[in-house]
Amino acid sequence: MNGVGEEVTHRTVERVARESYGRLVAYLSVHTHDLAGAEDALSEALLKALTAWPRDGVPQNPEAWLLTTARHSLIDFFRHQRVASASEPDLQIFARSSTEAAMETNYPDERLKLLFVCAHSAIDPAMHTPLMLQAVLGLDAVRIGGAFLVQPKTMGQRLVRAKTKIRDGGIRFEVPEKRELPARLDAVLEAIYAAFGIGWDDMVGADQRGRGLAEEAIWLARVLLQLMPGEPEIQGLLALMLHCEARRRARRGPNGRYIPLSEQDPKLWSVPLTEEAERHLAEAFQRGRMGRFQLEAAIQSAHAERARGGRTDWPAIVLFYEQLLRLSPALGTIVSYAAAVAEANGPEAGFAVLEAIKREDAANYQPYWAVRAHILQRLGKTQDAGEAYDRAIGLAEDPAVREFLLQKRG
Amino acid sequence: MQFALLIYESAEAFESRKSDGTDAYTGAWRAYYKAMIEAGVYIGGDPLEVPETGTTIKITEEKRGVQDGPYADTKEQLGGFTILELPSLDEALEWAARCPAAAYGAVEVRPLAPQTKRRIVE
Repeated sequence: MNGVGEEVTHRTVERVARESYGRLVAYLSVHTHDLAGAEDALSEALLKALTAWPRDGVPQNPEAWLLTTARHSLIDFFRHQRVASASEPDLQIFARSSTEAAMETNYPDERLKLLFVCAHSAIDPAMHTPLMLQAVLGLDAVRIGGAFLVQPKTMGQRLVRAKTKIRDGGIRFEVPEKRELPARLDAVLEAIYAAFGIGWDDMVGADQRGRGLAEEAIWLARVLLQLMPGEPEIQGLLALMLHCEARRRARRGPNGRYIPLSEQDPKLWSVPLTEEAERHLAEAFQRGRMGRFQLEAAIQSAHAERARGGRTDWPAIVLFYEQLLRLSPALGTIVSYAAAVAEANGPEAGFAVLEAIKREDAANYQPYWAVRAHILQRLGKTQDAGEAYDRAIGLAEDPAVREFLLQKRG
Repeated sequence: MQFALLIYESAEAFESRKSDGTDAYTGAWRAYYKAMIEAGVYIGGDPLEVPETGTTIKITEEKRGVQDGPYADTKEQLGGFTILELPSLDEALEWAARCPAAAYGAVEVRPLAPQTKRRIVE
């Protein structure tokens, strides 16, 4: 086998793994409820592919090959374990349906069930996003741990615990019934949003839960939309993330300098991404079911208007925030609202919104101090502004944001 | 629970100590210190003099070895430490990520070992 061929095979394995990982894990785990087992079986199949494909050639349907191989090792595993009789019927169904599926190659897409399982209320909400990233996208604990600032070893253990709970805790692999769908869907959307780690767009600093996973989050939202077409909140979330993604290039100046949204050059915003975001948002609005993510996307859409009209419609943004606060009065939303009010109605009005927040709730919340500093500076209270800038700088993680605030502080 | 943040700094970071204190790195440190105080998590800590001022002693086979400079010859050197009182490692990692040195060097988080200390002190 020459090096080039091997490289091609490696890339094929990588591509198939990336594209089919979630579909295969979902399908392999839906009957056994054993996520960890399904992942292990699939990893083993991928390893085998790395030796078999360069030797025998890449199979015509690589996904079906992986499914069959993984299924075999899973069935072997179950036989070795002599699983409790209760799950044997499951195993039989699984074995039979997989055989059929492998022959047909057109096996059902169970990823939607998997997404709902990962964001089940019986599982620690902090683990919803990591579980999804691993089970649906195949990210490893090192990458996930890095994004969430958790030791890789600890993240690995937490993932194992969550999967054990899924296997043994009687969590059903199904799409929730209509009655409970909105609440359950919210948890799924929330988990995807957490991966995106938004917030550093219109404020200096942020909740960066899940740094550097923006692409993965957008992909998850696309998968979800494909599985549940026409859900307005999914389209709202996708629109929100696409709007923010559209500004990626405009956020940093030369030498990685941080540029806040208000100072960004709209010509650097990606037109295709903005247009796609607008399309999703318009479709979502047409369904007449307003929701949190649609409102957040509407705010970003109002910011995007600056590319066309040259100015930002702050009063409209304030109205969207007010609607959003009625739905969910999260700290981050109140702080953003204060910043918008300060732009629309003057710094005194914005400051009043901030003053209504309990100080202990915001003590270590970096965006609160950044917005407070900015508003105090506009009010001419230089000394108080300086204090607030110090807190914002001290709590910042991004060196570019720190630099930016240091300059503002003067 | 108490954690030590061990601050590893680059040569440039050590160089900034010669400035008049108006440089960005020192400014960031001042703000970071203030944020820890305000959050009520700060127990103590100190910067160390630059690595070249270190002298390392190691006794092997009853022979005293004395070496100029720090123990390990690495690109980043221990430049100081901070001790924080926090509920768990998760919070300690958050504070470590906010440390100005994290972006230019590295910050190691280690729990203090009070039991080991007791064995020695008592």
